[in-house]
Amino acid sequence: MSAGRHSIMRIAGRFGFYLLVAAILFYTVFPFYWAIVSSLKSGSALFEAELLPWDPTFENYAAVFRDQPFARTIANSLIVATLATVLSLLLAASAAFALGRIRFRGRTTVLLAILSVSMFPQVAVLSGMFELVRGLGLYNSLAGLVLSYLILTLPFTTWVLTAFMRELPAELEEAAIVDGASSWRILVGIFLPLMAPSLAATGLLAFILAWNEFLFALTFTLSPEQRTVPVAIALISGASAYELPWGRVMAASVIVTLPLVALVMLLQRRIVAGLTAGAIKG
Amino acid sequence: MSLAAAAFYLKNKENLRSNREETMRSAGTIAGTIALGFALGVGLGPSSAARAEVTIAISCSSLGQEQELCRSGAEAWAQQTGNRVELISTPADANERLSLYQTLLAAGSPDVDVFQIDVIWPGSLASHFVDLGDHIPAEALQDHFDQLLANNTVEDQLVAVPWFVDAGLLYYREDLLEKHGRAVPKTWQELTETAKAVLEAERAAGASELQGFVWQGRAYEGLTCNALEWIASQGGGGIVDADGRVTIDNEQAVSALDLAQSWIGSISPRGILNYAEEDARGAFQSGRALFMRNWPYAWALANADDSPVKGKVGVAALPAGEGGKPAATLGGQQLAVSRYSAHPEEAADLVRYLTGYEEQKRRALEGSFNPTRRSLYDDEALLAANPFYGTFLDILESAVARPSTVTGRRYNQLSSEFVRAVHATLSGNGTAAENLTALGRALERLSRGGRW
Amino acid sequence: MADAGSASGAASSTPWAKQLSLAARRRRTAWLFLMPMLLVLAAVAAWPLFRTIAFSFTDAYLSDLSGWQFVGLDNYLYLAQDPQWWRAVGNTVIFTVVSVGLETLLGLVIALTLNAHLPGRGLLRAAVLIPWAIPTVVSAKMWAWMLNDLYGVVNAVLLALGLIAEPWAWLGDPVLSMAAVIAVDVWKATPFVALLALAALQVLPQQLYEAARIDGAGAVRIFFSITLPLIRPALLVAVIFRGLDALRVFDVIYVLTGNSAATASMSVYARQQLVEFQDVGYGSAATTCLFLVAALVTALLVTAGRVNVGQRSAAT
Repeated sequence: MSAGRHSIMRIAGRFGFYLLVAAILFYTVFPFYWAIVSSLKSGSALFEAELLPWDPTFENYAAVFRDQPFARTIANSLIVATLATVLSLLLAASAAFALGRIRFRGRTTVLLAILSVSMFPQVAVLSGMFELVRGLGLYNSLAGLVLSYLILTLPFTTWVLTAFMRELPAELEEAAIVDGASSWRILVGIFLPLMAPSLAATGLLAFILAWNEFLFALTFTLSPEQRTVPVAIALISGASAYELPWGRVMAASVIVTLPLVALVMLLQRRIVAGLTAGAIKG
Repeated sequence: MSLAAAAFYLKNKENLRSNREETMRSAGTIAGTIALGFALGVGLGPSSAARAEVTIAISCSSLGQEQELCRSGAEAWAQQTGNRVELISTPADANERLSLYQTLLAAGSPDVDVFQIDVIWPGSLASHFVDLGDHIPAEALQDHFDQLLANNTVEDQLVAVPWFVDAGLLYYREDLLEKHGRAVPKTWQELTETAKAVLEAERAAGASELQGFVWQGRAYEGLTCNALEWIASQGGGGIVDADGRVTIDNEQAVSALDLAQSWIGSISPRGILNYAEEDARGAFQSGRALFMRNWPYAWALANADDSPVKGKVGVAALPAGEGGKPAATLGGQQLAVSRYSAHPEEAADLVRYLTGYEEQKRRALEGSFNPTRRSLYDDEALLAANPFYGTFLDILESAVARPSTVTGRRYNQLSSEFVRAVHATLSGNGTAAENLTALGRALERLSRGGRW
Repeated sequence: MADAGSASGAASSTPWAKQLSLAARRRRTAWLFLMPMLLVLAAVAAWPLFRTIAFSFTDAYLSDLSGWQFVGLDNYLYLAQDPQWWRAVGNTVIFTVVSVGLETLLGLVIALTLNAHLPGRGLLRAAVLIPWAIPTVVSAKMWAWMLNDLYGVVNAVLLALGLIAEPWAWLGDPVLSMAAVIAVDVWKATPFVALLALAALQVLPQQLYEAARIDGAGAVRIFFSITLPLIRPALLVAVIFRGLDALRVFDVIYVLTGNSAATASMSVYARQQLVEFQDVGYGSAATTCLFLVAALVTALLVTAGRVNVGQRSAAT
């Protein structure tokens, strides 16, 4: 009897679980589905809430590439986001080793000072950053964007990697020290491979942060050849300033989301690889 | 750093050497800290344009037809004068554009020579622009509408030349008015009554989605335009008068706002409190509204081939108060020349060309950008292509400008205080009388007694 | 959390004197490893931040930035008397508490789900991340479109399902608009928490679970006594950064409801002063106050977190 109730509860629990998964999926994916539907509509059809595009047109997609160097724009975004991410991860991993594994005076202060950089709204930092970028002669260049994005990504990557680094077991490090390994070897040879899932996750979040940044990208670049994706999307406009060509904006958004989905699928393996690493550790 | 990083660096060293000096210098400055990043960043440095005689950078609207017209116009000038032009595209969203301009101008950047600015910006950006009265002959200017020239003149300096003009219009559904035997409303009271009657009949017949009147009620500059039209056309004045005295706290303004407040939830949907231009057009164009207040741009779109209301739309001057005159808020764009431009003479000449008779005519014919020159509204070719210009001239002549010039750099503050009071009234937070009295006091304080 | 001690007791078996020198060497190493990051961060952040704080004590105006005068604390005093500022502070706090709370909860649920062995997990993971991947400027406009009262899909679906009787003015009504703004932010930022929590879940030592299962512990008990304490540090970092983002929120609110007083946040207020009103001095004071609020909240979180981290050390 009790076994039967148990199994009923398990089935009910399982059912509830899948219901929850379905609800979450609906919440996260439906707007994207709606973006795809909208991108396949044109003109007045956009003002109707039809769940399926009855008369799909790919004109919006063609227009996105016709009206501006959109392929170049995507390449720019890829370059800027990749550089900002790689630089942040490199600098942050090294700093996280110091902050997460070594006890020294001033550590808390350093951590909080790093964090305080993330406490100013972007619009307040904008003019100062503009002067800095111009002063360094990096105005209207992707290098200027990479530089300015470090202010957004560095505090975040440093803190996250520090948190993960701290969780690694001390025995590994002790064994390596006994073997006479240098700190650099310990970091690169032992810790970083172990932290692959955290690195992948942190890198992904930093990448998306840089990929989606709008205000700096708008202000620090001028020519179409240097534009990044969010700016290019914001620049899509209709025949007049008031009209928002919704179909094309949605088409562009769908196009630029696809590389990120691909990136997630790619990093997937790294994140899963963490499972095996965890097993080895035990 | 690591071996891989070093290899990466070496691989890019080739590019580094071949790149421009400027990038080298900048890379050198920070090399100590992040040489890696900038070695990678190389090849992405500022694009170097081979200079022709003089290159003038002009900021136009971003994409589509508006940009095409700007490009062809600017290039025609370049051909004539043997110079070069470079188009800088800026976001269509006015606030994003203003923020970008301000950053560029505050830093004294020479990157953009000619700025396309909104009709309400001359007052606040004036200090960054040259006096075009010095550069453009007076006879090239006198044809423009006086209100626009006055709007663009700050402390006796002409900081911008009008390029194209917008004004608020009343769009209506001809078919519905005809069906119910109603005339196009001349007063706001008529509009209210007509909308109520039509709505009642249509909803009884099952058209539950139909709305009476859609406009722009979101807390932004568009609400300033709408509310100014209600108030000015019902004898409530223009928030502040020509000398800068605050006039908003008056009975006519209160009753105008009371009337507008009565629309919410009856002839206008509650959601109107967050409607901008495109929301209103969406409702009207999909056949969900009887009346709409919008700018001229909606005309072509509402009559596009795929529009459900194609051929059923009429356009008229906005209603007025009892015995009053309609007052459409002026919108539109001007061209200004940056004080930090390396070539102000050539830049001013480009502005002269783009705002000239022939160029404005071309833009009106090809893109329906309404000319700022009075004589163009008598142009046969233009009237034939756009019969609507006959009425539009009257609308422009009685149009009302927002008080952006007399209030100068404080206009945005005034507008935001005004929007707050109006939005609160419409949302039911306090009565029109209370909110306008508070607004009057706030503006007195802001203007230090009307001196701005 | 900042002081959670896991500096390794590297030389636990070595003589005292040698340990000391080793500790000194490790301290030097620490600064060596920190330096590149600190230098770069200082290079990019020092000037913009210093400039903002310095301007907050002046009456600088955007049209003429060099012509400023020192005004002491005037800007701050004026700010403290502005009811709109306090309304913005209130809005921001409500927004932050509700949205970060929901994001953490939902993010954990998603992470646990993705960590379980489900068919098609890879695709699921990508799907869940999509909201974070769409530029905020775009996704907020998309939601504004979807939430339109007359032709938005949200009302259309709810009406069709019979959940509401007449269209709701999601963005027009003062109460609903705050709820809508929070819902959009939760939609947007939950993947951030989920991904960090997932990464933390995946480095958990499996043998702890096996031991617990042998002891007969239920799923709920395992979660609260093992999983949660172990992923707490990573979760705390996620919460801190989400909290900071939420306190500085701008895009979502501005795109959805403009400057509407019902939803305006501290950043919306500051931006209006800095950009629209060109009042650099006053706007800088507002952002500096925002900075102080953020610092206060972080200090509270870190203090609360430190206690918990102590427990964690006991658990391992």
